[in-house]
Amino acid sequence: MTLNGWLQILVFFALILAVTKPLGAFMARVFNRERTWLDPILRPVERLMYRLTGVDETREMRWTEYALAMLLFSVVSMVVLYLLQRVQTWLPFNPQKLANIEPSSAFNTAASFTTNTNWQSYVPEVTMSYLTQMAGLAYQNFVSAAVGIALAIAFIRGIARRERDTLGNFWVDMTRATLWVLLPFCLVGALLLVSQGVVQNFKPYDTAKLVDPQGQVTEQVIAQGPVASQEAIKMWGTNGGGFFNANSSHPFENPTPLSNLLEMFAIFAISAGLTYTLGKMTGAQKHGWAVFAAMALLFWIGIATAYWAEAKGNPILTGVDQVASATQSGGNMEGKEVRFGIANSALFATITTNASCGAVNSMHDSFTPLGGLVPLANIMLSEVIFGGVGAGLYGILIYVVLAVFIAGLMVGRTPEYLGKKIEAYDVKMAMLNLLIFPLTILVFAAISSVSPDFGTSQLNNAGPHGLSEILYAFSSGTGNNGSAFAGISANTYWYNTTIGIAMLFGRFLMIIPMLALAGNLGRKKTVPPSLGTFPVTTPLFTTLLVSVIIIVGALTFFPALSLGPIVEHLLMQARQTF
Amino acid sequence: MKNLVTAILMTIVTTVLLGLVYPLVVTGIAQVIFPEKANGQLIVKDGQVIGSQLIGQPFSSPGYFRSRPSAAGAAGYDAGASSGSNLGPTNKKLIDRVKADVEKLQAENPGKPIPIDLVTTSASGLDPHISPAAAEFQVPRVAKERGMSEAEVRQLVQAHMQGRQFGFLGETGVNVLELNLALDARSPMKK
Repeated sequence: MTLNGWLQILVFFALILAVTKPLGAFMARVFNRERTWLDPILRPVERLMYRLTGVDETREMRWTEYALAMLLFSVVSMVVLYLLQRVQTWLPFNPQKLANIEPSSAFNTAASFTTNTNWQSYVPEVTMSYLTQMAGLAYQNFVSAAVGIALAIAFIRGIARRERDTLGNFWVDMTRATLWVLLPFCLVGALLLVSQGVVQNFKPYDTAKLVDPQGQVTEQVIAQGPVASQEAIKMWGTNGGGFFNANSSHPFENPTPLSNLLEMFAIFAISAGLTYTLGKMTGAQKHGWAVFAAMALLFWIGIATAYWAEAKGNPILTGVDQVASATQSGGNMEGKEVRFGIANSALFATITTNASCGAVNSMHDSFTPLGGLVPLANIMLSEVIFGGVGAGLYGILIYVVLAVFIAGLMVGRTPEYLGKKIEAYDVKMAMLNLLIFPLTILVFAAISSVSPDFGTSQLNNAGPHGLSEILYAFSSGTGNNGSAFAGISANTYWYNTTIGIAMLFGRFLMIIPMLALAGNLGRKKTVPPSLGTFPVTTPLFTTLLVSVIIIVGALTFFPALSLGPIVEHLLMQARQTF
Repeated sequence: MKNLVTAILMTIVTTVLLGLVYPLVVTGIAQVIFPEKANGQLIVKDGQVIGSQLIGQPFSSPGYFRSRPSAAGAAGYDAGASSGSNLGPTNKKLIDRVKADVEKLQAENPGKPIPIDLVTTSASGLDPHISPAAAEFQVPRVAKERGMSEAEVRQLVQAHMQGRQFGFLGETGVNVLELNLALDARSPMKK
């Protein structure tokens, strides 16, 4: 570890801290339908969209209709993405004449991008036409993120409102999230990325004549495409699906340290801002910051562990120099780029799994066992450390309800959350949400790991690392992350189907109890705080929240983790290979 | 029912806006303001594309600085099939591969430990850089092969060093393709 490495991590965090308030306040205005400086341009566009689609922007929805509209929109757009892949070869913007995609892979990808997961079982540059990339995949990057933000806002309204049946209008929230939040950031972000060297064109792939021909190989095919426009929303929408197979480690997706910083910033910015929006819209600004503090604490634990483990390198390798110095970053460089080195690779891996982004600038599969444990554990804590846009906030609010409930049990009073009594129905919905997640991961992972024919045969690594590959795949799918221990060859009937189902469960089965909880909270009366009220604005609350997250995660996943990365770490110290 | 109609219409309208208008607008602006960068910073020599400033190439002739090993495509550095090795830290394949590379490199520069990036594959398989340590390790070999002094080669390495952005972001690297092209321009290899 180097001083410069820590400095870069600190600068990143300072930027996120600085943007939280202005961005959060802006989003509160957008969703409260107050005037913003973008209104003169965007209001006409918004009104036109409602006219074309038949939306009555003044009408509010109960939680059931809100959920129904969200599901209908997701299903329709998922079907479109599936069909687009099935017929891409006959459509324009396909200079490489790429073929149509077979059904199980097309289903997996459609589920993947609609659920904001962006798990990729295919190699993009030899599979997806430019049209599929921009009108199918990048399109879903926008709307799946907008849906996530809309849901978080609906949840916040449930907390903030009293004795009201409705949570807002799904179509309005989704449209405003797209027009006011995602689109402007992406337009600016994409151009900044191009200024660093991210490509943006519709050319066929270039062929370069190698300077030093290697036997039979005398040429290098250089894949091109409209990358920057997709890269921007891939990060701002915490999607993470790469335009190229190597994702954000590919020099055309992430050419410089500055582009790397911009991409990492984009992953966290909206989610951090939403904690401020929470405080603003519920009138409890300190509560927003208390939630932010819990997220920040968990972020620092993760990055410190990952950076330390990766900087130490791999003790089994001999004859090599892995010590950081003025002329090299040292450490475990397998699967990492020189321009990012150890600090920025560990930081990116931590951020992308804190959030449900899943973009990678280094290959997590080649991390040291403890370095790779951090991204895996981050996903298993259900990505509430800032988290995916919207999904991170409503995810941690479920934990908040649980933490308040546990605190209430400890002092023997009816638990309250910002004046709302937390009752049996609320806790049931929160628990349902919390149980679906590990159940999906562990059942599918268990079946895969005892099935040599279709499960373990697809692994790239033997021994405990192989189990980590399977665990990571289903955690990433269910958690809607999308990163991978990418050695696993998941483009098979079994993995395409099961991971596809895991992604749909992890998104929609968790959203429904969450919205039911929000709807129920919104109907309640507010009770004034009393002596027995557990305050949700204090460092004590932050500590309790962090403890609940860690304890729930640890109790659920520790046995599986101890058979994967933890035992691999011990064996690596004993120089054991597989 | 009304929500289903809206869902279909909304999918159409947003696809046009976000899936077509947005990327085309970005392409239009990018091609006007940053034409070089938007097209991949290709290096052209005598009317023939010979590479991109951002994409690494394989080098095996002893008179060239070598790039890092690559897992992209069967032969490595296939910029139409970017990929890392995805070998885990306890994978025998990884350990054996590194061991073989270390032995090869130690033969040309005995007694010195090998800078780690020179025997590990990058994440993309297209890493254009090697660390300054990995470049320094290769200076004696390249100088000897080209009949140049080590100081001369070192000077070229220095000239192609890309430092940390704004003095603190990222890590310092040497662009291997550009360095080798500069070597060819200074002192062409006898074929």
